[in-house]
Amino acid sequence: MEIPYTVKARPDTGVINAKLGIWLFLASEVMLFGALFSSYILLRVGAVEWPHHALDIPLATVNTAVLITSSITMVMSWASLMMKDFRKYRIYMGSTILLGFVFLTIKYFEYTHHFHAGELPSKSTFFAIYFTMTGLHGLHVIGGMIVNTYFWGPGSKMWKTDPERFTNRIEVAGLYWHFVDLVWIFLFPVLYLL
Amino acid sequence: MEVAHAEDIKKHVRVYVSVFVALLGLTILTVTISYFDLSVVPAIIVALIIASVKGSLVASYFMHLISEKKLIYAALILAAVFFLALIFLPLLAMSDRIH
Repeated sequence: MEIPYTVKARPDTGVINAKLGIWLFLASEVMLFGALFSSYILLRVGAVEWPHHALDIPLATVNTAVLITSSITMVMSWASLMMKDFRKYRIYMGSTILLGFVFLTIKYFEYTHHFHAGELPSKSTFFAIYFTMTGLHGLHVIGGMIVNTYFWGPGSKMWKTDPERFTNRIEVAGLYWHFVDLVWIFLFPVLYLL
Repeated sequence: MEVAHAEDIKKHVRVYVSVFVALLGLTILTVTISYFDLSVVPAIIVALIIASVKGSLVASYFMHLISEKKLIYAALILAAVFFLALIFLPLLAMSDRIH
């Protein structure tokens, strides 16, 4: 059975089904992270003391740059498909996956440093919300990398059979990846700088 | 997705690169400002303004929200209303202090 509206926009919504689907999913993600940002405000307002510059800012700044760079390589992988350049798509998508890996590696070093210093979630409400928010964000990065790796490897076979549909898949995967970048853009000042 | 020509995409790519440079610049700016000893309230306001500008750039250009269909906007406006409600929820706790 053929899945409807993967290439042609559905007349009543004006978009392909996958695009409406991903945006509804991202709207639910806004609520998921929104609840945690709300908890952060509540914990911070109620805290007797809140650490300032307690985390590694240079490392997190590098990680912010890594994630921003992965966002542009992601959008470039889609643009490459729009220009019918599959070879470039492979390079940009591969770079996006690698940058996700770099991000997680830096995060791993940050986490192990905290563990060795005895800074566990149980230490303070600050570390509790820090690990909850960055942990959930990290899981999102892993999820995105799994999808991107599929589209880089086995999933890219669709380029030969149905290039337009494949291009749309990359656009939708990109929307998710940019959202993960967007969440980090807010997590970075909230947890590291303020 | 509308039928876009290679030329249009090349224009898009130039925009993507400008947005990328702006995002890196704003990251450096917000980190630098955090080292000035601003008091808590102005520091929070400045950091959130910069983060919002960065977030809007990502959403508008990388996520193409600048030219999206009405239905997507409607879904996001609804999400934004509920998001703001969540963010202002802690205010209720302040009016409910037990002394």
